[in-house]
Amino acid sequence: MPKLTFRGGVRLKGYKELSANVPIVFHQAKGELVFPLNQHVGKPAIPIVKRGEAVLAGQIIAKADGFESANIITSGSGKVKAIESRMTSAGVMAPCIVIDNDGQYNLAPGVGEPCDYTKLTNEEIVAKVQAAGVVGLGGAATPTHIKLCPEQPEEIDHLIANGAECEPYITCDDRLMQEQPGWIVSGLKVLMQMFPAADAVIAIQDDKPAAIAAMQKAIEGERKMSVMVLKTKYPQGSERNLVHAVTRRKMTSDDTPANLGCIVNNVTTLAAIYHAVCLNEPLMEKGFTVTGDAVAEPHNFLVKIGTSCSEILEAAGGLKAEPKKVLIGGPMMGMAITDLDIPIAKSYNALVCMTHDPVEDCEIKETACIRCGRCVRACPVGLVPQMMAQAATAKEYERYVKLHGLDCIGCGCCAYICPAKRPLTQMFKQTKPIVLDLQRQGKL
Amino acid sequence: MTLIVSSILILAVIGLLVGLMLVFVSETFHVEVDEREAAVRECLPGNNCGGCGYAGCDAVAAAIVKGEAPVNACPVGGAPVADKISEIMGISADSTEKMVAFVKCAGTCDVMKVKCNYFGIESCEAAGSLPGKGVRACQQGCLGYGSCVKACQFDAIHVVNGVAVVDRSKCVACGSCVKACPQNLIELVPDRSTYAVRCSSTEKGKTVKALCDVGCLGCGLCVRQCEQGAITLKDNVAHIDYNKCIGCGKCAEKCPAKIIRLR
Repeated sequence: MPKLTFRGGVRLKGYKELSANVPIVFHQAKGELVFPLNQHVGKPAIPIVKRGEAVLAGQIIAKADGFESANIITSGSGKVKAIESRMTSAGVMAPCIVIDNDGQYNLAPGVGEPCDYTKLTNEEIVAKVQAAGVVGLGGAATPTHIKLCPEQPEEIDHLIANGAECEPYITCDDRLMQEQPGWIVSGLKVLMQMFPAADAVIAIQDDKPAAIAAMQKAIEGERKMSVMVLKTKYPQGSERNLVHAVTRRKMTSDDTPANLGCIVNNVTTLAAIYHAVCLNEPLMEKGFTVTGDAVAEPHNFLVKIGTSCSEILEAAGGLKAEPKKVLIGGPMMGMAITDLDIPIAKSYNALVCMTHDPVEDCEIKETACIRCGRCVRACPVGLVPQMMAQAATAKEYERYVKLHGLDCIGCGCCAYICPAKRPLTQMFKQTKPIVLDLQRQGKL
Repeated sequence: MTLIVSSILILAVIGLLVGLMLVFVSETFHVEVDEREAAVRECLPGNNCGGCGYAGCDAVAAAIVKGEAPVNACPVGGAPVADKISEIMGISADSTEKMVAFVKCAGTCDVMKVKCNYFGIESCEAAGSLPGKGVRACQQGCLGYGSCVKACQFDAIHVVNGVAVVDRSKCVACGSCVKACPQNLIELVPDRSTYAVRCSSTEKGKTVKALCDVGCLGCGLCVRQCEQGAITLKDNVAHIDYNKCIGCGKCAEKCPAKIIRLR
């Protein structure tokens, strides 16, 4: 069977060998835990604890503001130190709840009690996932309960576990699939109970043979479950490309995976669903890779959400060289940070410290577009970045919308492949919020 | 020989016919133009800078004649142009004061702390839309990528040592830079002003001090010093009301951060 893939994309050097063979280490944070109120897509959560109040691990400290929002759960026990503006990822101040961690990790009542999911109704499962504050842990941070409530549940025929992990450097999903395949399979089983008509597919890139073997072993004897091997190509893990690779269904800009009959969840999210539904454990920990050539001992952690990046870097042996660039997330879609004292939010999956900045070291400077069309070939969404860039620079927002500029997923393939070294992705990332803002005001 | 003569003749006839046609067309399809509009257009500087808010000098001339715009609508021309236009229109112009743009930031490369490198689109909008806002520690200061320089049609604003500085002799107060600055740092002040607050940081004094050596601490010393009551403190930044300011300079003398100055 030919390996599944999508149109476009780029082939990247993985750099995964740095941390791919390091088993997951469970890290219990010692320092204070910081929880930004806007860790998810949608409205920020509303704090329900006060300063000085004692909290237990697993307790809800901020309630979701409406359906399109998510609860925030403290991963440790202690006292609420403050509710104040703190530095979050890449230099934005945002309101956060700060917990003075007592290091005891006393669990809130009910947390960790096993529960038989087969006796639960669909509504009860969604309510449990919602209460546990589970969001898309692959990076998108969409509240998962929204995904679990499609408009036409009977139409869902594919439940896709996203184990592509196409970003270079990151290996925490790979390790999770190797070490805890049961969590993922159980998470899928919960979803299969909700959508009985659906087949479960675990999609993994072929650069992770050990994970493929582990998952295949874990689903042995299961009906309606299969492992699909994907070609190693970036951005294989984006929802649109994954749906296309697995089902051959093409997503247009108006489609969501749900109306094509698919529900796509990251493998870490599935593990979180399993913990939330079967063990009554809300989202407190997640896989996190600390890697890069500046890190002394690259590690994969199961880290408490809210731990500061500097603490987790210390746990990985600290820095062995002066880093030129530190990223939250991978090098393609991650964000460069200027301060290590930022908390790990739900959707973060890696801290990459590099001793050199490839952009700075690049000897070729930006030149004019020569219309070679490589960006068009690379774009996984099928856009024309070169024309979008023209529209963006000229501030012709109507034309930008006509070129489907709003469908850009910001994967960075066009800027990566551009021989003229034009910062295309940055133009689109800058233009998108402006256009959305104009549309909201009804001016476009 | 006949070839040359015939071609000259043919061309002459064609020229004559076309000329007659043009005369005929311009006579029959004549459009009535308000004479005043042409006269007003004559007075305007003709840069088509758009500083007035209209599409160009023609558009604002039409608007003035229709009465939609005031006679002093052109900020570039200032008082002399307004006087001429008011003569044409037969209405008296309100006296206009010459204004100039002023950048409310003094955080040059040597006084502002730098937190990172930036390699990307060289424009303030691009750098300012990223989280962290540019390479400097203060997120409210001049980003120094020169969006205002590109917007200025009069070569009156330049990035000097990382901060935009206005050349008052060239500035015509068209306001293009005011609109271009994503940090909203530029405002129009009267040309006669000799003192202005070169900071816009709304952070508290302690934070400002940690980020920049020349930030307004919001201490309020200038407010107490000013006998005219021209200075007010809003959001931890001092503001000078130029209707009251007499330019005595006492505020500048006392300012601990030495930021009440033009240069």
